Amino acid sequence: MNVKTITMPQLGESVTEGTISQWLVTKGEQVEKYQPLVEVMTDKVNAEVPASFSGKIVELLINEGETVKVGTEICKVELENETIDDIKTEPGHQTELAAAEDQLAENHSMRQRYSPAVLALASQHQIDLAQIQGTGRGGRITRKDIQKLIEQGMEENGAETVKPKPTIQSSQLLESLPGDREIPVTGIRKAIATNMVRATSEIPHAWMMIEVDVTNLVKYRNDEKNRFRETEGYNLSYFAFFLNAVAKALKKFPELNSSWAGNKIIQHKDINLSIAIGSEKELYVPVIRNVDEKSIKGIAKDIHVLAQKARNGTLTHQDMEGGTFTVNNTGTFGSVQSMGVINYPQAAILQVESIVKRPVIINDMFAARDMVNLCLSLDHRILDGVICGRFMSHVKEILENISGETTPIY
Amino acid sequence: MPVLSYIQAINAAMREEMERDEKVFILGEDVGKRGGVFLATEGLYEQFGADRVIDTPLAESAIAGVGIGAAMYGMKPIAEMQFADFILPAVNQIVSEAAKLRYRSNNDWSCPITIRAPYGGGVHGALYHSQSIEALFANQPGLKIVIPSSPRDAKGLLKAAIRDPDPVLYFEHKKAYRLLKEEVPENDEVIPIGQANQVRDGDDLTVITYGLPVHYALEAANQLADSDQIETTILDLRTVYPLDQAAIIKAAQKTGKVLLITEDNKEGSIMSEVAAIISEHCLFDLDAPIKRLAGPDVPAMPFAPTLEKEFLINQDQIKAAIKELAAF
Repeated sequence: MNVKTITMPQLGESVTEGTISQWLVTKGEQVEKYQPLVEVMTDKVNAEVPASFSGKIVELLINEGETVKVGTEICKVELENETIDDIKTEPGHQTELAAAEDQLAENHSMRQRYSPAVLALASQHQIDLAQIQGTGRGGRITRKDIQKLIEQGMEENGAETVKPKPTIQSSQLLESLPGDREIPVTGIRKAIATNMVRATSEIPHAWMMIEVDVTNLVKYRNDEKNRFRETEGYNLSYFAFFLNAVAKALKKFPELNSSWAGNKIIQHKDINLSIAIGSEKELYVPVIRNVDEKSIKGIAKDIHVLAQKARNGTLTHQDMEGGTFTVNNTGTFGSVQSMGVINYPQAAILQVESIVKRPVIINDMFAARDMVNLCLSLDHRILDGVICGRFMSHVKEILENISGETTPIY
Repeated sequence: MPVLSYIQAINAAMREEMERDEKVFILGEDVGKRGGVFLATEGLYEQFGADRVIDTPLAESAIAGVGIGAAMYGMKPIAEMQFADFILPAVNQIVSEAAKLRYRSNNDWSCPITIRAPYGGGVHGALYHSQSIEALFANQPGLKIVIPSSPRDAKGLLKAAIRDPDPVLYFEHKKAYRLLKEEVPENDEVIPIGQANQVRDGDDLTVITYGLPVHYALEAANQLADSDQIETTILDLRTVYPLDQAAIIKAAQKTGKVLLITEDNKEGSIMSEVAAIISEHCLFDLDAPIKRLAGPDVPAMPFAPTLEKEFLINQDQIKAAIKELAAF
């Protein structure tokens, strides 16, 4: 069946719609070409619309009195002659050409083609375009890509310091010598590098170190560790005690539990401690939340769980976010002194060094004591020596007075 | 607010201005009893009489010339050209006399005439009833050229044109006459000449256009916002001469990707000037080549429906151009 539609014709200049005033045919009626079909009324003229072809009226689509736009289908006619001129538009030469051109455009990389807007923004904000993935055609970097990047930078850095994002200079290319091995910088190494460059180039670091006598802590922990291991199934580490002491001190000195946000300093309510866990190749900084609300056992358990996750590579993004202060257990490597790089954008990082037995003078007498150095790196924009000194003294006081009474494990 | 079509808004503006100021009068072919071939002046002859709604002979040069003379004597004539295509015999009057009068007389004389003319295609009007002729005049300091894109603008801008102390060419898209309808304030809203209007806000690209394509661009942009999440800023020039340079520069800087649309032939069009302004001022904001979507460079709108369709800027072309520019 070959059914054609008849549409509302344009009845005069400026006419865009017409009202069907009267149908002159009925459904099922046979009509001849040029036979009047319908009376149409516009605000300029009234006219009869003739049939465009001979055939049978299949359907009248518009009721009398309705107003429709020019081009709207008004009725359907079934053609008498099936072999009517249905010229199929061939999928032409032109579309093929267009497709070929598209493919060309697709293949041709636009990655290195920078628009004036992109170049201007990049130089204004010292952005290394080689590091950016473009979202435009052929990988072109668009102005929007750059704007997004700058906005992100603003959010992180705060409104005022639209600081240049330090990028790793790939330009200082070193030639490798014969026999040298070249190791590609992979994702996580690159991320570490970027973070470290940013932290060291943006944060004015200052350092401080104190000595703490942890003889009591060592004794207390040695008394408890076997029983703890038996009942809980994991180690009672010194680190849990240090985290506990730091959390208590942060509660008293919230100034250290804060972040630099450009035009303001954000002091955090929750005490979420980032702890550094290293593996052979990588460094993870997962977070223990609300340390101030947890017992020694609770902290030890979190350390255990996170360390295991880090070893198995199952740390999630959630495990790593929300830290407000970092404690780094550098002592496990035997280090007795180190200068930590602050975990951006926190205000400070505390390094817990090795506990070593050393001769110490107490009441003019030598004594063999368990000593540990605590090293603090601080963001000098946020913190000054006085407050940090007080904080460190407080940590020292807590640690030196640890016993079953002051610091129960459960 | 009552809903008026574009042509009803034009009619209302003239009626209200004639009621407000008795110096305002209309002259043109068939504007009187007939109410104009498009019925733009319908009912005005009945209301204001033959002295203020004057039927003229078929002589565009005289329509312009008589109007200019009356304007010099302090009247506020609205001269109607039946079709913009027919304005050519009046060009000498408009360009050599009206445009230059204030300058030439060292400010002693002025010529507050409004010349209305229906322009544009898409109504099956063929060669002599479809042309866009604004570019012909857009190089003549002393003239102002206004092209409204909506009923509300049509009313407010025509009032401004009538009150303007200097000659204003007011071009009305004849396809818009009955196609566009919207609520139009009944109060005395005058829309200043020389100010472009941002009709849509978006941060992916900027479309600058005027006249009927504003309507098409808006529809295309709204569809693409839904289907492709492309957000388009649209600037309606409203006055195409002299151009609102500040608004053009601001709109171009906003997104760095600019699509210019006109129904006129491409080369030497209003959009050529807009492109030049952007090139002069916005080099370091541009993120893509300035793109022009315009009629082909052929002498006139063809009569054959297929060819007329080919000549005209339509929504599909606008959508394709927006998508291409957004993806660049």
